[in-house]
Amino acid sequence: MSIIAFVDSYQKKIKKSAFEVVSYAKNIADQSGKGLKVVAFNVDDVSELEKYGATDIIKVNDAQLDAFSAKTYAEALLSVTEGSIYVLSHSNMGSSIGAFLSIKKQATLITNVLSIPSSMSPFTVKRKSFSGKGIMEVTAATDQIVVTVMPNSFGAQEAAGTGSISEASATTSGNTITVNSIAETSGKVSLKEADIVVSGGRGLKGPENWGMVEELADLLGAATACSKPVADIGWRPHSEHVGQTGIALAPNLYIAIGISGAIQHLAGVNASKKILVINNDPEAPFFKAADYGVCGDAFEVVPALIEKIKAAKA
Amino acid sequence: MKILVCISSVPDTTSKINFTTDGKEFDKNGIQFIINPMDEFSLTKAIFLQASAGATVTVLGVGDASIEPVLRKALAIGANDAIRVNGTAIDSNFVAAQIAKVVKEGAYDLVLTGKESLDYNGGVIPAMVAAHTDYNFINACVGLEVDGTNVTADRDLDGSRESVSFTLPAVVAGQKGIVEEKDLKIPNMRGIMQARSKPLNVVEPTDASASLTVVGYEKPVAKSAVKMVSPDNLDELVTLLREDAQAF
Repeated sequence: MSIIAFVDSYQKKIKKSAFEVVSYAKNIADQSGKGLKVVAFNVDDVSELEKYGATDIIKVNDAQLDAFSAKTYAEALLSVTEGSIYVLSHSNMGSSIGAFLSIKKQATLITNVLSIPSSMSPFTVKRKSFSGKGIMEVTAATDQIVVTVMPNSFGAQEAAGTGSISEASATTSGNTITVNSIAETSGKVSLKEADIVVSGGRGLKGPENWGMVEELADLLGAATACSKPVADIGWRPHSEHVGQTGIALAPNLYIAIGISGAIQHLAGVNASKKILVINNDPEAPFFKAADYGVCGDAFEVVPALIEKIKAAKA
Repeated sequence: MKILVCISSVPDTTSKINFTTDGKEFDKNGIQFIINPMDEFSLTKAIFLQASAGATVTVLGVGDASIEPVLRKALAIGANDAIRVNGTAIDSNFVAAQIAKVVKEGAYDLVLTGKESLDYNGGVIPAMVAAHTDYNFINACVGLEVDGTNVTADRDLDGSRESVSFTLPAVVAGQKGIVEEKDLKIPNMRGIMQARSKPLNVVEPTDASASLTVVGYEKPVAKSAVKMVSPDNLDELVTLLREDAQAF
C-alpha cells in the first residue's frame, strides 16, 4: 500500500506546510520502495505539489468539505485512497484528521515528528515532548501508521519529476459542522509556518511601538509574534502569543525584541534554527539561548537595523 | 447537561525537565505537578456552564494515585465529582480509550478538554475520544456558547478563526480564549474544604494496548555561545543575518 500525504489548505490554496508534508512522505516512500499518493481537498491549483515529488495527485472537490470537520475529512480521505502510512502536518487541521484516521484504521499515531525515521521497520522516529524541552524517540507497534510533522522541522525539498493529477469523489457520512463566519488571524505571513518571525515583549513599552516590529517583519517577509505578558495585557492578540501555553514555533530565524526569555517562552521557540535577541538587559536569560545578541536600546537598535537591512537589500 | 472535563497532570510550566541517566524515562524528582494549563481554561468554562445552564461537572484523570491532588484541586475549583481511571497513561491511544469508555457509560453531553497537554504535546486525545464516541468535535476552541443542544463556538484553524455551529453531544478541545486568563477560577478555602468530601471515584482501566514504545529521551542540542554584536556595529549583525541565518 502507498504512502499518503494530505495537503493542508486554506480557502482553496495550498498551505506552505503541505510542501513539507509531501517532501517528508516522498522521503518515506523512497526509503520503503512504496508509491506516494498526495490528496488535496477543494484546492484550485495542485500543480505546484509536483515540484516536491508528488507524482500521483488526487483532487477531491466536494461541498461537504467546505466546512472543516476532522471526521468528514478522515472519511473522505479513506474513501479515495488506502495507504499504509499517512503523513499530515501537525497543524490543528492535520492533527485532528490524524487522530480520526488512527482510530478508524487502528493505526499507530505519532505526532509532532521532528525528523525522518531512523528505522522503517519497526517505524522509529523522534518527536517533540515537554514543549520542546525534550525529544523522545518512539517505535510504532503496528505497520499502519499516521504521522504528523511539526512545521519547519523537516523542510520542503524540491524533487524532480512530473506526475499525474486525477479527480476523485469522496464518500462520507455527512458533515455536521456548519461554518458561520471566517476571520483571518495571521498577518501577511502565517505565524506557525513562517521562515522568519519577529517578536516583541514588554520591553517595547506599549502597543503604539509595534510599528518598528511590523516594519522589520515586512522587510524580511516575516510573521509577527509576541510574548505572553504582551498578549495578556492586550497589546497584541492572543493569536500572536508564542510560548509553552501559546504557539510553538520552529522558524529558521526568530528575532526577539524586548523579551527577557522566561522558561515558558523559550520552550515555545527553542526549536528555531537561529535566534537573535535584542534587549537592553545584559542579564536577560534569552541571551543564553540566542545565536546572536545585541545588548542595547531596542528603540535605537531596531530602527537602525531596519535602515541597514534596507541598504544591504538595495 | 452532563459535562465531563478531562484533566491531565503535568509538570509546572517553570520546570526544568530531566531524564533518567539511561535516558529511558522522565525524571519526576523535584517536579511540581499542576493541572495542564489548557485543561484549566476548559474546566473554568465548564464551571461557568454549571452556573448558567445548571450543568453537572465531572472531572476525569487517567493515572495512579499521584494525580489525585490535581483532581482535588479541580473539585475545589467547583467540579461536582471526580473520576480517576487507575492506569498508567502510557500513550494517547490508551488514554483516549479510557476516556471514551467513561464518556459512553456516563452518557455525557459535552466533553471538554485542553487542546494539548504540556508534557507529551500530542494534542490528539480529544479528537481520538470524538472518533471513539462519534461525538461532534472541534479543536482549538477560543469561544463557546451552549443553548440547549445547540452549540456555537469559535475555533482557531491555523491562521484563521472560524465561528461554527453544531449540536451536542460533542467533544471540545479548548485553550486560552474559551475563557480569559483573568477569569480562571482559583480555589478558595471554602472550595478546598468542600473538595475533601466530594466523591472521587476510582475505576479500573479498560483493556487497551499502547501503540507506541518509548526508545528513549534526550534534550535538544545545546546552542553554542551567543555571538554578541555591539549596537554600534550593526553592519556585522546584518552580515550575520544575511550570510549565516540567510534571512534575506
